[in-house]
Amino acid sequence: MSTSISACPACSAAPAAEDLADRAAQKDARLALSLPSIHCAACIAAVERRLAAEPGVKSARVNLTLKRATIEAEPEVTARQLVEVLDGIGYEAHELDAGTLSATQTDRAGRELLMRLAVAGFASMNVMLLSVSVWSGAEDATRDMFHWISAAITLPTIAFSGQPFFRSAWGALRAGRLNMDVPIVLAIVLAVVTSLWETSLSGEHAYFDAALTLTFFLLAGRYLDHRTRAVARSAAEELAALEVPRVTLLLDGQEREIPAAELVIGDIILVRPGGRMPVDGEIIEGQSELDRSLLTGESLPVFAGVGQAVSAGEVNLTGPLKIRASAVGEETSLHRMADLVAIAESGRSKYTSLADAAAKLYAPGVHILSALAFFGWLLYAGDMRVALNIAAAVLIITCPCALGLAVPAVTTAASGKLFRKGMLIKHETALERLASVDTVVFDKTGTLTEGTPELTNGADVPAEDMALAMALAEGSSHPLARAICAAGKAAGVQPLTLDAVQEVPGFGAEGRLAGEPVRLGRAAWVGATAGDVTSTWLKHGAAAPVAFEFSDSLRAGAEEAVRALKAAGKDVVLMSGDTRPAVEAMAARLGIATWVAEALPSDKAEQITALAEAGHKVLMVGDGLNDTAALTAAHVSISPASALDAARVASDIVLLGGNLAPIAEATQTAQSAVKRIKENFRIATVYNIIAVPLAVAGFATPLIAALAMSSSSITVSLNAMRLRG
Amino acid sequence: MNILSYLIPISLILGGVGLGFFIYTLKTNQYDDPEGDARRILSDAYDDKPKPD
Repeated sequence: MSTSISACPACSAAPAAEDLADRAAQKDARLALSLPSIHCAACIAAVERRLAAEPGVKSARVNLTLKRATIEAEPEVTARQLVEVLDGIGYEAHELDAGTLSATQTDRAGRELLMRLAVAGFASMNVMLLSVSVWSGAEDATRDMFHWISAAITLPTIAFSGQPFFRSAWGALRAGRLNMDVPIVLAIVLAVVTSLWETSLSGEHAYFDAALTLTFFLLAGRYLDHRTRAVARSAAEELAALEVPRVTLLLDGQEREIPAAELVIGDIILVRPGGRMPVDGEIIEGQSELDRSLLTGESLPVFAGVGQAVSAGEVNLTGPLKIRASAVGEETSLHRMADLVAIAESGRSKYTSLADAAAKLYAPGVHILSALAFFGWLLYAGDMRVALNIAAAVLIITCPCALGLAVPAVTTAASGKLFRKGMLIKHETALERLASVDTVVFDKTGTLTEGTPELTNGADVPAEDMALAMALAEGSSHPLARAICAAGKAAGVQPLTLDAVQEVPGFGAEGRLAGEPVRLGRAAWVGATAGDVTSTWLKHGAAAPVAFEFSDSLRAGAEEAVRALKAAGKDVVLMSGDTRPAVEAMAARLGIATWVAEALPSDKAEQITALAEAGHKVLMVGDGLNDTAALTAAHVSISPASALDAARVASDIVLLGGNLAPIAEATQTAQSAVKRIKENFRIATVYNIIAVPLAVAGFATPLIAALAMSSSSITVSLNAMRLRG
Repeated sequence: MNILSYLIPISLILGGVGLGFFIYTLKTNQYDDPEGDARRILSDAYDDKPKPD
């Protein structure tokens, strides 16, 4: 909306009204709710029945696998109303942003892979039946007929099921590289071509079954790999969708809820206490305090008044604020932080996955070997047919069937195990990178701590002062006030009754006791001098102000995680944007020797780069916007589910629960996963060492190829399964 | 050996029917909620007549 000035108020109101109608019309009738607590048939039936009974709801379907309900409804039905309805029958429900979710509604790529896998499975079973008849002694015309039928099944199947490999190999070749798919495609194509040639000459050996089982096993590996990542991706998207970007727009004195994406510069929005700033802007009305910990790591709230600029991501604590948007969407400081991330990303050394490293070694080796076999036999026997047959046999026998399964089978097992413990592995090589970590860097506010304060000097405060403070704090949603109430209740103190209690946004709360004024709030407001520690002050009459000191409450599992990581011989570093005393106290409490305070976002990233240059493999754990660059710069990164979306996107692993303890376990699981992957490579190599000489010497038959291929694939899969449990 | 001319087409057709059914289940989104579908059979809603679409 432009800020045109018009002499006639109706003229400027008319476009605004149109605007409003426009925004209302865009409303979606498809709603999604997250239902974390459903678990059985009775839950499904109860939720669906209750939702369907709601007027305006056309249909409701629960998906128990995703713990989600999809509702088709009239436009006037809102998700909030349905959440309340479900709350009423005892089911916890959260609104999901349908726009964020729509991308994952159907997993097209996964379905396509499954289809190719099914076709390859069908074809390989049939061809295998025919091949077994040939191996057990079918001869002459019968054998030829079996081979021709096999060919008729194999050719279209390979053309359909092999497409992912053809595409990938072609892409690699065009870029002048070799990947694992190049020898795969060569083996498949050569196997089919030589088999066709042999069949047309009524030859004895045809490798149609080998070409098909190869495709089948490799597609199985590909599908496992895809599923692991699809599960992680959909869980990550659900996290993002949980933050429904709705804002309260003030238009012509009316409040209206609209999606944040529809805001334009100049819009005036209302942010209530507890709400997060959706945009950058300027305060035009109201006073409050802002929690900026997600942006800067400071745990101390800052004062906010008219004229002050606010940034997206800050949390409003005490009073309602009216804000004029000065930057929306991609322009906000939240999104601008992405530039920092991009810089950090370019500095990140490209990690070569174990599979790629193996392929680099393996692909040229196999090609050279089969080429040597071809030319050797061509010179020795002088027969093109024999030489080509043997070259094909070498390629088929060495084909990276087991190698193709070696990594996905292990990562699927390991990711599944960690997922059950509440860790979401987002990046495909995250596990491998996590295994090599030797230094762990923690952010303080929001990562090691909950971001909620707790009273530390409760024992020193006289009971009557505590009762007074509780009386003032009771009505407030300010985190410090809530901490005082919690501490007072735990100590069994009953709040006094005061007269004329009122909250003064941005300063504190005041009231009267027997005519004498009582104030609880900022140091300057009650006439005290502020110290280093996060504190609030109580002033009663003429008595000296009493300080209430706070520190951040530790996140569950923080101590265990730090202890376990140190026991595993890793360096633990605390890096925070908070003040020195706060960071020092936290480091002492957790026994962390190395700490950095007052670090700017770019400082954090630089320090991590410096550590990496010194040869350390750094794991960064952080949640705030000020951590995103550091998360990207680190070798591998973890963020809690409560982190800002930008931080979660930048990190490789997301902790779903509030507990930090699984981090230490995850590094162990990652190490054993890498061990299994390497074992699998060795198993595959052993099979090759036995089978390759047979193939080169010309003794390999389709039967031997089939046996070697199936048994090595099954062994590596079984080895990967050992990781579960 | 004449028996082969019956048996081979029969085995191919039977396998093909299986594959066809699998593709049908895939196309009709029957793998979207395996856990929920496994539990839904325990509910006695729509036991007498199927759910109207």
